[in-house]
Order: sequence, then structure tokens, then C-alpha cells
Amino acid sequence: MKNASLLLDDPGWIITLKALIVFIVCVVLTIMSVWGERRIVARMQMRVGPNRVGKFGLIQALADGVKLALKEDLIPAAADKVVFIIAPIISATAAFMAFAVMPLTGPVNFFGEETVMQLTDLPVGVLYVLAIASVGVYGIVLAGWSSGSTYPLLGGLRSSAQVISYEIAMGLSLVAVFIYSGSMSTSAIVQAQQETWWYGLVLFPSFVIYAISMVGETNRAPFDLAEAEGELVGGFHTEYSSLKFALFFLAEYVNIIAVSALATTLFLGGYHAIPGLGFTEQWLGGWFTLIWFFIKVLFFFFIFVWLRGTLPRLRYDQFMQFGWKVLIPVSLFWILVVATLRVISTTGQSRVVTFGFASVVVLVVLGISTAFENSKNKRTSAVHPEPVAPDFAVPSLPSEIRTINVSQQGGNRG
Amino acid sequence: MQPLLTIQGPEAALFWFLAPLAVAAALGMLLVKKAVHSALLLAWVMITLAIFYIAQDAVFLGVVQVIVYTGAVMMLFLFILMLVGVDSSDSLTETITGLRPIAITAAVGFGGLLVSLLGRATLGREPIGLEIANTAGNVQGLAELLFSKYVWPFEVVSALLITAALGAMVLAHHQRTNPRPTQREQAISRFRSGSLAGAAGLPGPGVFARHNAVDVPALLPDGTPAPTSISATLKARGDVLDSGQFQLDNVDTTVVEEK
Repeated sequence: MKNASLLLDDPGWIITLKALIVFIVCVVLTIMSVWGERRIVARMQMRVGPNRVGKFGLIQALADGVKLALKEDLIPAAADKVVFIIAPIISATAAFMAFAVMPLTGPVNFFGEETVMQLTDLPVGVLYVLAIASVGVYGIVLAGWSSGSTYPLLGGLRSSAQVISYEIAMGLSLVAVFIYSGSMSTSAIVQAQQETWWYGLVLFPSFVIYAISMVGETNRAPFDLAEAEGELVGGFHTEYSSLKFALFFLAEYVNIIAVSALATTLFLGGYHAIPGLGFTEQWLGGWFTLIWFFIKVLFFFFIFVWLRGTLPRLRYDQFMQFGWKVLIPVSLFWILVVATLRVISTTGQSRVVTFGFASVVVLVVLGISTAFENSKNKRTSAVHPEPVAPDFAVPSLPSEIRTINVSQQGGNRG
Repeated sequence: MQPLLTIQGPEAALFWFLAPLAVAAALGMLLVKKAVHSALLLAWVMITLAIFYIAQDAVFLGVVQVIVYTGAVMMLFLFILMLVGVDSSDSLTETITGLRPIAITAAVGFGGLLVSLLGRATLGREPIGLEIANTAGNVQGLAELLFSKYVWPFEVVSALLITAALGAMVLAHHQRTNPRPTQREQAISRFRSGSLAGAAGLPGPGVFARHNAVDVPALLPDGTPAPTSISATLKARGDVLDSGQFQLDNVDTTVVEEK
């Protein structure tokens, strides 16, 4: 483990400085990503977005933050005061802590010390991120409970159920990565990907499952049921205002960055350059890897924004069904396949065995999907029988559906 | 007599900072009245224990303790507590006479037994074997033992847990006598029922620009209140305002708009 030995001889002041840098990076990224999200979503909705405060509206989010901090801080009479104050603190603290194990760069020269930009390198780093995420949910659940009103409570309930279900799928999607890399440490996983391919390609199903459950885990659209504006007013943070609300806001965005960073580390090769551009890693004395890391993280962030701009919110029962009846069984099956393939390859079996196993897997998947499709067809035809012709006059159906090209027709508006 | 444990430096500081907090939280868990506070304090005790595990080189155990116990089990606990009731506090009346002295005796006895046994086993002895156990790495060492020497107990416990989970599901499950109608079927049945009055959904309560609370019936175009716009629950409670006071006839419309 190269990173661990590099980190071991860090003097105290470097560790302190790194912690400070991680904190500052998270806060600045939050402010910038709020601005970025508003601009991107605005583009997607054919608006302009914030463009008044600063160049391109760049410090709009900062101005909003200051405004938020200066608002009146209300605590409802029915609230459980202590828990009401603790909840946003838990949420925000946990969000920052996840960043401690993320390897942001390769070996670099940091004020004369050879080190890596990673606060600490635990042998179970990825599990540590999961643990911290599960503590962070306490903030949301407790906020919902302690507000002493109905909508926040419903939001808190939803959130706890949601996180329990999607954390299972998330954990299972990580198992395949552990099996392939032979480690649970973030830096070792990055290293292992450098020796083979990115796990986003090798373990594509795991990547997809992780990507879905990370959206569920961060309470973002289309899985933002805990704060569904249309149903629950503001969900768990309905009763919050001023700095406490700002903490929840901060926690949400830091969480997004953190799960994106984890996805980058586990599936997209971490701080390494994309294959073929490996020579760039030496630029700026190794600091260019930081830029690669943030390019990948911002790519995931863009996906988050894209999802929010595109998809409507799921209904709660559909969401739960999807988690329990699709994601978890699929990940279990995939782990089975990966583990078997891993055993085949480590025991040095011939290619024939590998291909034989792979074809059996493909056949099983095809069989399951065909059976599923058949039963679905049968069910829908049973539930919705062909309507009998009514005994009164009805207009004939249009023979073909006309499509209207919106972009051309709306071309000369306004 | 040897020194109890050779902990120095940061680990000692960590211990003397967290241990009193953990004990205080554990006592608080027994003494607070609200169930949610109890659960929270228990979660705190679990997290401090996890930190101790990590400080003693059992990294995997510490992290898994947080994921499984704090993250999943306590979260389910909180879920149930919230479902049961937000404000439910423990009742302090004894339902069975003499229960309290019996419980206290049993608890003190059990605690004394644990302390004396663990104390006899560990006090005055140097802990050994940590380096040997962790030679291949903490996780690898655990995995090696779990899947070789202890594979049978491991499988038995997992079978037991699965049986328990299935049993709970069977006990909690109830069979629907008729299939649940889908949204599509509900929409169709609304249109095929006797009247089309409710087909597009019932009117919402409140009067636009005058009063939009849920306890005020909406006004129909002719100015009469729409009874279907009020929730049946509010009606049963008698919490319905008279919409007459918001009727257009009674409202003073002679206000001159400021230019």
C-alpha cells in the first residue's frame, strides 16, 4: 500500500492543513455547484438562470447564503428543542466526514513533504463512507421527528425507510468491486483499477446499481421523496429556517459531491487520467491529478442535475418496489456471477470454463426476462380486457397519430 | 500487580474523553422518559464503542458496528417509534406489582456477573496475539477465520436470522381478498360510475383570494358553498367554518383600489 506508507510520516501540521483544505474545498464546491445547478437546470428549461450577482451570476449562491444566515431563526413551540438543534449539525458533520478517505491526488509535493491529498487511508475506507452516510441520515430523520408537526414527520419516516432500503443495494453493488480489487481501501481500489480497466466498464452492472442508489441515498430528484414539495410542503426541513436550514442545504450538496467522489474512486479510476492521457498525470508536479479527479466528480454532478431537470418524482410505493424487488435481487445475482468468475480466473481454469459459465448466465438472464415479459403481458391482458363496443355512437379513432414538431413550430415565438 | 493496560498518548486521551460520555449516555438511556431520546443515546453509545474498536485496531468491527447497528437496526427502531407515536413517553406505573425491585436486582446481578467475569479474565494480564491476528490485515484475518474455522456457526446463525426474518414477515403479512386497483383502473371506474360529478376529482377547499384554509368550503360559481370540498374527517370533527361569511354577497366590494 503506497498511499498508506506515504501518509504515515505526515507531520501533524500537514494533517491539520489537509483537513482544513478538505473543508474549504467542500464548502466552495457547494457554493459553486448550487450556482452550476441553477444555471444548468435553467438552460434545460429554456431560461437564463441567475446572472445578476457577479460575473455570470457567479456569487449568487454566496449572496443567498448570506441572506439565509441573516434570516430569523425560528424554533416551533411543539418542537423537541435539543434534538431540533442537533439534527442539522449531525447532517452537516457527517457529510464532511465522508471526504476524509477520498484520495484526491497521486503523490505530490505538499510544502516540501512528499504526500498524497488524502486525509487518512483506512483499510476499510469504503465501508467507512457507508457508515458515515448512515449516521448522516439520523440528521434527516431526527429533524423530521423533532419538528413536532405532521409533514416533517412523514418526510423523516420516508427518509429512514428509503435509506435503509437503498443502502442495502448500495452496499451490495460495492461487493463486486471489493471482490475484484481484493481490498476495501479507497486508494488500493484506485491502484487496482490502474492495473486493469476502470471498474465502471468491467463491473458495469455494479456501476449502474451504485449510480441509481447514490441518487436515492442523497434524496435527490427523482428520489427526493423525503422533501417532496408537492406532497409534504418541504418534508423534513419544513420547520427549519436560517442557519439550521443552511446546514441542511450544505449537507445535501456536500453529500452529492461525496457520493460522486466515491463513484469516481470506485468506478472511474479515481484521480488517474483517462486511458491514453496518462502523461498528463506528471504535469504541475502531480497536481494535475487533482484536476482529473474534479473533472470526473463534476461529471457525476452534472448527471445529478440532468436527472433533476428530466425526470418526474417517483411515487413512494414504486420507489420502494424498485429498490427491494429489482435492485437488491439483481445485485445479489450479479455478485454470484462476479464471485464465480473470480474463482474461475484465480484458480486458472481454461477459457472454455469461463465462456461456458458466461453463456449459462446469459441464458438464465434471457430466460428470466422472457418469463417476466410473458407474465406481464398475461397480467395486463387479464386486467384490461378489450373494451366492448358501446351501443351508442362514438367517433371513429384517428387512423394514425399525428406528431407535432415543437421545435419547428415554436421557432418564431416571442 | 502489572499496570492494567498499556495505553498511552492519544489513545489514553481518547479513552478518558469518550468513556465518561459513553457511560453518561448509557445511564441517560435508562433514565430519560421519551423513547426517541433513549434510542438516540443508545446510538451514541454504539458509536463511541465503534470508535474504541477502531482505536484498538479492530477497524472492520468498528465500521461494521456503525453500519449495521447504528445505521440499520437503530434506524428501524426509530422508524417504529415514529410510527407508534411522536409524543409517546414511558408510563412509570407498575403493571405487575414488585416488578421494579425484581428488575433492578436482576440487572445489578447480571452487571456484577459480567464485570467480575470479564475482570478476572482480563485484569492484570497483558493482551497478546493482536499482531498475529492482524498479520494479513484485519479484514483478511477475520475472513479467514469466518470462512474456515467458524464457517459452521456462521452459517447456522445466518440460517437462524433468515428464519426469524421470514417468520416476522409471515406473522405480519395479510392476504388481500381482492387485488388492489391500479391508478388506471381507478380512473376508469370513476368515469364508469353513476355520475360524472367526481370524475375530475373533488373541488379543493378554500376561496381564492379570500380564504384558503382547509376548513372553509369552496364557493361554487353561483356563490353557494360546495360541501364536497371539505375533508370528511374535518366534517366529522365539526371543525368546519361557515362559508357564508365569505360569500360574495356579504363581502364589501366597494374597496377602491389604490393607484
